[in-house]
Amino acid sequence: MADIFHSSQPIYQQLAERMKKQIIRGELAPGDKLPSVRETGIEVSVNPNTVQRTYRELESMHIVESRRGQGTFVTENEEVLESIREEMKTEVMSTFFKGMHEMGYTNEEIKHGLIEFLNEKGEQDA
Amino acid sequence: MITLTDVSKRYGTKKALDHVNLELTTGKLIGLVGENGSGKSTTLKLIAGLNYPTNGEVRVDGEKVTRRIADSVSYLSELDEYYRFFTVKKSIEFQASQFKDFDKEKAYDILKFMKLDPNDKLKQLSKGNRGRLKIVLSLARNVPVILMDEPFSGLDPMVRNSIVKGLISFIDLEKQLVLITTHEIREVENILDEVVAIKAGSIIGHHNVEELREQKQMSIVDWMTEVYE
Repeated sequence: MADIFHSSQPIYQQLAERMKKQIIRGELAPGDKLPSVRETGIEVSVNPNTVQRTYRELESMHIVESRRGQGTFVTENEEVLESIREEMKTEVMSTFFKGMHEMGYTNEEIKHGLIEFLNEKGEQDA
Repeated sequence: MITLTDVSKRYGTKKALDHVNLELTTGKLIGLVGENGSGKSTTLKLIAGLNYPTNGEVRVDGEKVTRRIADSVSYLSELDEYYRFFTVKKSIEFQASQFKDFDKEKAYDILKFMKLDPNDKLKQLSKGNRGRLKIVLSLARNVPVILMDEPFSGLDPMVRNSIVKGLISFIDLEKQLVLITTHEIREVENILDEVVAIKAGSIIGHHNVEELREQKQMSIVDWMTEVYE
């Protein structure tokens, strides 16, 4: 379980990324209550203080909101969720293109490569 | 809160601690790391009031440490020190009779979490389950300070993992400070707030671990390797 995080990068950020993905995938739906700080801590074997920091981070990005005495909830603001989804897509794609450009692929080659790749794989995970 | 002010400890001519200054605040899980004989256990014993400094002063929540500090400090020894003819249940009863703050309900909760059978005799328990029982006994006390000397030592990965999860589940970081000594740094990478490195009786570093990662892109193991060189 300890292996799901890189120990040389801040855990609170990695956990925030992980939870953002859960939200984008819909595993945590708009309006859903997040597990308590301790529950999440136990699940991923992380210090509750660190989980608390992750929740604050997500809150400052308006992805979740805490309601006094009730807990923390995924935002129901579709605009925010869509912009996070776009942002994460752009992030992953720019890493991919950077890697491809470093190997000398042209945009045209990448495009064809992608189409071929997707046709072979279908909707499954590569 | 724990403060050590200019603390030295000698055993005969051997210096175990040398002018140590340390301030540890409530609400944190702190790791004290260092090689064998570096002074980790001595530090814990001085905080627990089981030993006294040759020089300097140790305070817990402002109170100068004496034997009586046992009322506010739970100490888990690295040794197996419980009666082997006791059952698990009897060990809990015994611990409850020794400490007013011992929370039996919490003890049984942790026991259940650790999947221990209250009717087993200690001498029948595996080493792993004895390790788990020690965690039960030390975490079930409602005290501001919990000290654990090598809680993972010699235990297999499954047991170490259950101890990690037990710590996350049952310590109260609103009110408690937990200080752990360990060699198994990888095990505690994700659960420590702060790390203190000790070498030959001197503190050679004290950091917030997320800051280490954020500012230096270093894990605790990376940092230890660097400061210990």
